[in-house]
Amino acid sequence: MDFTQLIFYVAAGLAVVSSLLMITRKNPVFSAMFLIVALFSIATIFVLLGAHFLAALQVIVYAGAIMVLFLFVIMLLNLGHDFEPDIRGRLGWAFMGGLGLVLFAEILTAVQGAPGDAGGDVLTPWFEAKGVVAGVAEPLFRDYAVAVEITGVLLLVAMVGAVVIARREA
Amino acid sequence: MGPLSTKAFLIIGAAKMLMIFVGWLTAVAGVTLAERKIAAWIQDRSGPNRVGPWGLFQPIADGLKNFLKEEVRPAGSSRWVFYLAPVISMFPAMVVFAVIPIAAPLPTRWGTVNMIVADLPIGILYILAIASLGVYGLVLGGWSSNSKYSFLGGVRASAQMISYEVALGLSLVPILMVAGNVTLPQLVSQQQDALWYILPLMVGYLFLTASYFAETNRLPFDMPEAESELVAGFHTEYSAMKFAMFMLAEYANMVTAAALMATLFFGGWDIPFWSGDNMTLAADGSVAGAAPAWWKTTLTGLCFAAKTGFFILVFIWVRWTVPRFRYDQVMSLGWKVLIPMEVVYVALLGGAMLYLDYLGIPFGTRYALYLTALNVVLMLVIVFVVDRNRIILGAGWRQTRPQRVKSEWIEYADRRQDSR
Repeated sequence: MDFTQLIFYVAAGLAVVSSLLMITRKNPVFSAMFLIVALFSIATIFVLLGAHFLAALQVIVYAGAIMVLFLFVIMLLNLGHDFEPDIRGRLGWAFMGGLGLVLFAEILTAVQGAPGDAGGDVLTPWFEAKGVVAGVAEPLFRDYAVAVEITGVLLLVAMVGAVVIARREA
Repeated sequence: MGPLSTKAFLIIGAAKMLMIFVGWLTAVAGVTLAERKIAAWIQDRSGPNRVGPWGLFQPIADGLKNFLKEEVRPAGSSRWVFYLAPVISMFPAMVVFAVIPIAAPLPTRWGTVNMIVADLPIGILYILAIASLGVYGLVLGGWSSNSKYSFLGGVRASAQMISYEVALGLSLVPILMVAGNVTLPQLVSQQQDALWYILPLMVGYLFLTASYFAETNRLPFDMPEAESELVAGFHTEYSAMKFAMFMLAEYANMVTAAALMATLFFGGWDIPFWSGDNMTLAADGSVAGAAPAWWKTTLTGLCFAAKTGFFILVFIWVRWTVPRFRYDQVMSLGWKVLIPMEVVYVALLGGAMLYLDYLGIPFGTRYALYLTALNVVLMLVIVFVVDRNRIILGAGWRQTRPQRVKSEWIEYADRRQDSR
């Protein structure tokens, strides 16, 4: 087996196992920690695909910022103890299991319906020509500049809204 | 000579990792001693002087003592997380060193070796990514101890580190803008060609230093610990080697931060005023610029060590000179002072760069000198207009140059001092 393949299987296996552990732990702190492991493993897979910049963003944004905030909130609200699962009873499990199966089937059909590898590897030459960072940044800030700006405004609106809601109760 | 063969690459890579790991650990041990020695000099004491000549073996004695001490795990603490937290806090400082070039390329029989463990195409972003993980050790350590003091320390630590991560990221933006790329070897070679970035980007260096002092939890930002007025924070319940791991992590972060400051703003391994080391190694193994030689690698490595050592000295010096900020001061400095100022700086710098491009000046010494002029002006504005003796010049300035103070209480205190 190729060395790269070995890393892929380790990372992918870690992602699957830690995702499973994340949804089965009763303590939110452990769930958050396994989610971090899962995000890290996915970042590793991004690196294997040559998308270094995406991997860095994955770690900076998700593992480094959002999950720290998650942990912070869990601790601040003192939720660091065991919880009963939200899914209760045989009916609830059956319903959730069925929903999961439906999602899985949808993903399978989506993958099968997707266009094959007809164009060959487009990304590697693109990144080699543009550089790892500029290869992502250029389309983002040239072709999709308006969408990026609108998303920024949307986030700002969400932030202002959160501040307003928080102030009303005080 | 062509690039290294895969086998040579693996063996040399492992050797480099081992070398940097051992050197870095030795440096960390040395820094724990240096901190105590320099503290002693600043406070007019002798410092540790019993173990070995000048107390040189003190770190070994400390380590041995910590290994032999009893490990205590508080009742009701979460075992796995409690054991994991010190490890997690060590990890980021260690792996960041992988992207820092430590010397000029070394010629060997198998090809020219880049003196960097991993020349990632995302250099600085990798540093940001790993640095953002440093907070987990503190938070989890505080939470898993099952003690309210540790817990409050953990919350305090995470709030501070999240706040200053934003400032740290923004303080790296000017470098990215001027350099136009993110890998550290290229940053070094650009600084060799033009000027060290400390001159054209000195305001950025000010921001970076402030953010790094906060990120490494050093005074004047050591809120997570604050051992003299609050309980020691997230590691209150830790004992023996696990406590020592947290302490080592602080020094390790300091060493890494010092190395980064040297690399980003002070030319890395570049020896100033000497063009014999201006060389860059391309991916195909060819070297541009001066010819590599083993003695050049040694000299540049020593130069890098000297620069890093200087910044470690600055870290220690500041710790034993200035008092701690209050918590609300730390927070308002981060969110209300540093981040807005950094945004304004990035905007101004961007404008200046656009104008220089419009004038058609290529990147080089002249370009850097124009940016230096801008930065000197901005620096004066910050010190004399924005800061107004509040933080940077501070109390010492007031003592040497009495100023009209509006507060009656301070006038009263001054009069009392004058009459004495």
